[in-house]
Amino acid sequence: MSVATESGSTNLAAAQDTHTVGMPTHHKVIFVALLVAGLVAPYLLYPVFVMKVLCFALFACAFNLLLGFGGLLSFGHAAYFGSAAYVSAHAAKIWGFTPELAIVSGTICAAVLGLVFGSLAIRRQGIYFAMVTLAFAQMVFFFSLQAPFTGGEDGIQSVPRGALFGLIDMYPDRNLYFVVLAIVFFGLLAIYRIIHSPFGQVLKGIRDNEARMTSLGYRVNRYKLAVFVLSATLAGLAGATKAIVFQLASLTDVYWTMSGEVVLMTLLGGMGTVFGPIVGAAIIVSLQNYLATFGDWVTITQGVIFVIAVMLFREGIVGVIAKWIRKPL
Amino acid sequence: MFELLGIPPQALFGQLLLGLINGSFYAILSLGLAIIFGLLNIINFTHGAQYMMGAFVAWMLLNYLGVPYWGALLIAPVVVGATGIVLERLLISRLYHLDHLYGLLLTFGLALVITGLFRNYYGISGLPYGIPAQLSGGQNLGFMFLPNYRGWVVIASLVVCISTWFIIEKTKLGAYLRAATENPTMVGAFGINVPRLITLTYGFGVGLAAFAGVLAAPIYSVNPNMGADLIIVVFAVVVIGGMGSILGSIVTGFGLGLIEGLTRVFYPEGSAVVIFVIMAIVLLVKPAGLFGRTA
Repeated sequence: MSVATESGSTNLAAAQDTHTVGMPTHHKVIFVALLVAGLVAPYLLYPVFVMKVLCFALFACAFNLLLGFGGLLSFGHAAYFGSAAYVSAHAAKIWGFTPELAIVSGTICAAVLGLVFGSLAIRRQGIYFAMVTLAFAQMVFFFSLQAPFTGGEDGIQSVPRGALFGLIDMYPDRNLYFVVLAIVFFGLLAIYRIIHSPFGQVLKGIRDNEARMTSLGYRVNRYKLAVFVLSATLAGLAGATKAIVFQLASLTDVYWTMSGEVVLMTLLGGMGTVFGPIVGAAIIVSLQNYLATFGDWVTITQGVIFVIAVMLFREGIVGVIAKWIRKPL
Repeated sequence: MFELLGIPPQALFGQLLLGLINGSFYAILSLGLAIIFGLLNIINFTHGAQYMMGAFVAWMLLNYLGVPYWGALLIAPVVVGATGIVLERLLISRLYHLDHLYGLLLTFGLALVITGLFRNYYGISGLPYGIPAQLSGGQNLGFMFLPNYRGWVVIASLVVCISTWFIIEKTKLGAYLRAATENPTMVGAFGINVPRLITLTYGFGVGLAAFAGVLAAPIYSVNPNMGADLIIVVFAVVVIGGMGSILGSIVTGFGLGLIEGLTRVFYPEGSAVVIFVIMAIVLLVKPAGLFGRTA
């Protein structure tokens, strides 16, 4: 009996050893730093602005899960972000859902939509995949423009923030802020876990050489669909949360410019890096805030950043830093 | 008055004509995309912006230089094609050794810059561009009234599409082009300047888009956003038709325009999405596209 326990404990120790390899120390440090920054930020900056950055950071990380690790460029992620925003806003305003239930229903909607569009889109590869996802997103846009419950050009306005679990009032920005922080942090950790799971390793294999993975006996399309649905779901989580934060779901959320913005955030921060999209989202959202009064210059600047990023630093900001310090970020 | 399925024939044929006109633009634009994709292996996201530039150059030629429609129809494609050649030489050509997706991202960024600049200087309300005097008025065909200009658009697009098909399938230059699409290294070994061929092909594809833009200017107002939504529909057209065949692009473009027109008669709410729905069905039934080659 005692022998058995002893061998059991050594196994456990060995297992713990391999687990420390799983999450490198510098990743732990960055996660803790992000959490600390997240906790301090609302006392230094305008909380609604930081919540916007958080929502877009999650959106970009969800998108990066698909592009950076699955190698699939979706040009229509606004469909999942925006439809989740609409459903979440509708649930909170018309059905009187509490915010957490509204966010869950929006996220489920995005997951279902991701399953339907994903299973069609993975039938084509590369550039066609991008065009198909873009076309489906445009379909969602036209649907949102005409459907009776979306409010057409007005969108769904003055969505109640409600009370979390019916108990905690979400109208004070600081209360809502910590809920959003928790949601986004949960999302980021989930993405980190997915990337570093055996499933994530297979995905990277498919990204780098699809034919080889097929010949190794993996059902490539199932993996692609799974990562597509996961990415759409997390994008939906971001969109649903955004709708509660801004008390608004509008056509902007489902338009192709939104799909382009999330591509830009990921590209700028560094696709295929864990932390890049967060940096990209922070930069692009700050830029939009700063340039908001200059109208079309936001679009022009974003276009110029696109061109510069593609021509000069395709690894993105975090990708370049990772090269410097020679550690994956 | 007789009626067809409860629809007055005036409305039915009017919408079919509008569908045919939209189909003309789908055909010319998807043709340009297909030619560019064949040789450059990139999807030219800037195509919609270049279509818009065609319309704007026509407007500028008329308002700043007094060049009428017929001159613009020739000059605008050349001018916009030349800007395309500059873009290809300066930027796009540096990405050929990379994944095709970077070409898509670059041209998307360029589309944002171009559209943004035009919006900034000309606003989004749209500028009027008159129908040329020779083509004003219309014909009464008995069952419908055909505005001359709209008839001209359909004929001009057909002529341009078929000429393009002829150049690519039946001339020596087209043979070089098709050969370079199959195997650029081998064609280069035979002494053909492939990089120059690529540049000219891009310029030609862009010129086609600009030509469509000039045709569109008198029908729709000249607006910086006119290409943005159109290009996404054209992407769906390209997915449906597949980019393997020139004639396939033309047939798919006109066919989908007609289907869209019919939908507008019988189920107006569905007209904006019908092409995307057809795309979903095609993906289910024949993933490579109607005229596509299975890779």
